[in-house]
Amino acid sequence: MKLVKAIIKPFKLEEVKEALSEIGIEGMTVTEVKGFGRQKGHTEIYRGSEYTVDFLPKVMVDIAVPSDIAEKTVETIAKAAKTGKIGDGKIFVIPIEEAVRIRTDEKGEGSL
Amino acid sequence: MKLRLLKLLMLALGIAACGFSVASAQDEIIEAVAEAVSAPDAMPGPPADEDYLALVETHGVTFDFFTISNLWTLIAAGLVFLMHLGFATLESGMAQAKNTVNVLFKNVFIICMGILTYLVWGFNAMYPGFDGSGFFAVGSPVTMADYGGTDFSYGGTGLCMTGWADFIFQAMFAATAATIVSGAVAERIKLSSFMIFSTLLVMFAYPMAGSWKWGAGWLDGMGFYDFAGSSIVHAFGGFAALACVLLLGPRKGKYLDNGKIKPILGHSMPLATIGVFLLFLGWFGFNGGSVLSADPELVSFVFVTTAVAAAAGGLASIFVSWIAIKKPDLTMALNGILAGLVGITAGADSVTLLGSVIIGFIAGIIVVFAILFFDKVKIDDPVGAISVHGICGIWGTLAVAIFQQEGSGFSFVTQLIGTLSYSAFAFIFSIIIFGIIKVTMGVRVSEDEEAEGLDVGEHGQEAYPYFQPDTK
Repeated sequence: MKLVKAIIKPFKLEEVKEALSEIGIEGMTVTEVKGFGRQKGHTEIYRGSEYTVDFLPKVMVDIAVPSDIAEKTVETIAKAAKTGKIGDGKIFVIPIEEAVRIRTDEKGEGSL
Repeated sequence: MKLRLLKLLMLALGIAACGFSVASAQDEIIEAVAEAVSAPDAMPGPPADEDYLALVETHGVTFDFFTISNLWTLIAAGLVFLMHLGFATLESGMAQAKNTVNVLFKNVFIICMGILTYLVWGFNAMYPGFDGSGFFAVGSPVTMADYGGTDFSYGGTGLCMTGWADFIFQAMFAATAATIVSGAVAERIKLSSFMIFSTLLVMFAYPMAGSWKWGAGWLDGMGFYDFAGSSIVHAFGGFAALACVLLLGPRKGKYLDNGKIKPILGHSMPLATIGVFLLFLGWFGFNGGSVLSADPELVSFVFVTTAVAAAAGGLASIFVSWIAIKKPDLTMALNGILAGLVGITAGADSVTLLGSVIIGFIAGIIVVFAILFFDKVKIDDPVGAISVHGICGIWGTLAVAIFQQEGSGFSFVTQLIGTLSYSAFAFIFSIIIFGIIKVTMGVRVSEDEEAEGLDVGEHGQEAYPYFQPDTK
């Protein structure tokens, strides 16, 4: 099992979700996050004084998938979330040791 | 490219508006009213209703003009009341979310306190019936004597209303002076200290200063003119605010050690915008009601000068902020509208129409640079009240002499003496009283409370309990 963790532009969330549904992904967890990478922040101005906004708003999507479809998931997210401009985000893939469906106590891939 | 074109277009529009020359619209109003009132055949024939005929029998044919004037004054009082909602929304929008309850609370307190102190002291201290020399009068509670009468016995056609209408209209004005201070000192002033200071300011200082002109005191005797209060209300409030801000110091974290300014953002531009539109609306009552009768020509003229000055002020600050700070800043545009309104207040009935456009336009320019200047010298005014009310109040009072209609005879020097008297008096009174409060009980909340927000610190409440504000 793998945890696919994608940090994307907020307005791309719908497209990513649609694309993931099409390849059969049935669940995900979405978190509003802030951060910066190479995009850095940008400057804004208020009553004549400039200031920098360092942390830009992003959306983080967590998806737990069986190992064999992890690559496909990553490809799908990357395709749907791409604008080609700086700030499109990142995707991480992390191994999962164990997973449990709380309602039924199922464990392993069957619980996903 | 697109932006530059748009800017050019707007500039051209502005110049065109300034070049427009319109003949002055207002003369011989007093005669017109007197004629309409004294000539019975000029009145529409009364309907054959016994009650109505009985009223005319009792009050004479002047009844209609008196009733309309009185009603207009009461509507205007309602509009000025609405300005307090405008101040409340503007100030809270320009403050951080964590101080919203505190800002609103101060506004709620001021209107309640302002009306009652005006009832028990202010009104009679402000209109004591001087004869052109007075400086100070002792106040006393408004009583039931001599305030009724549905004829012209209270104030003739010049003050065409009952005493009650006069009182409530002026009471709505009184609280405005303290509201101006409230915005400038927001986000770090101790609530109890503010309540004590604003009560003393509204109860004693404002009526005393007001009596110099409107109570036929020494400035009135000199020929000073301030139609609806550019000096008496606005410069007075603005310079009281300046004194308080100097004693209070800037909000923590705004002026950095390296000389840079870290702006503290207002939390709601929609609220601030609503506030300015409400103030704009209320100003029709503030200026229009100051005609003190329903004189059709003069009230209409005042509506026009008020609106065009506001519009010119807004446009001017849009251009200027766009050029000077490279961006079209909404809060500057809002301040520009208010600057135009404050500017026209002293001469709304007595300047030329073209003059009213220029007064607003220049006020809109002044206000942007005043705001930038005060920030540069580390005088922290979250809403720009000192610039809008203080600086543009002085400008508007002087502009009465510059743009007066032919034959008005206002003197620039007298206007200067008048407006400086109001500004200096408000400043000195506030430095002394607020200084005493600072030494005895303190005027500022603790650093922890300022960081945490005055809503929880002073009130134990939150304005937006189910939202997590960003900059808590």
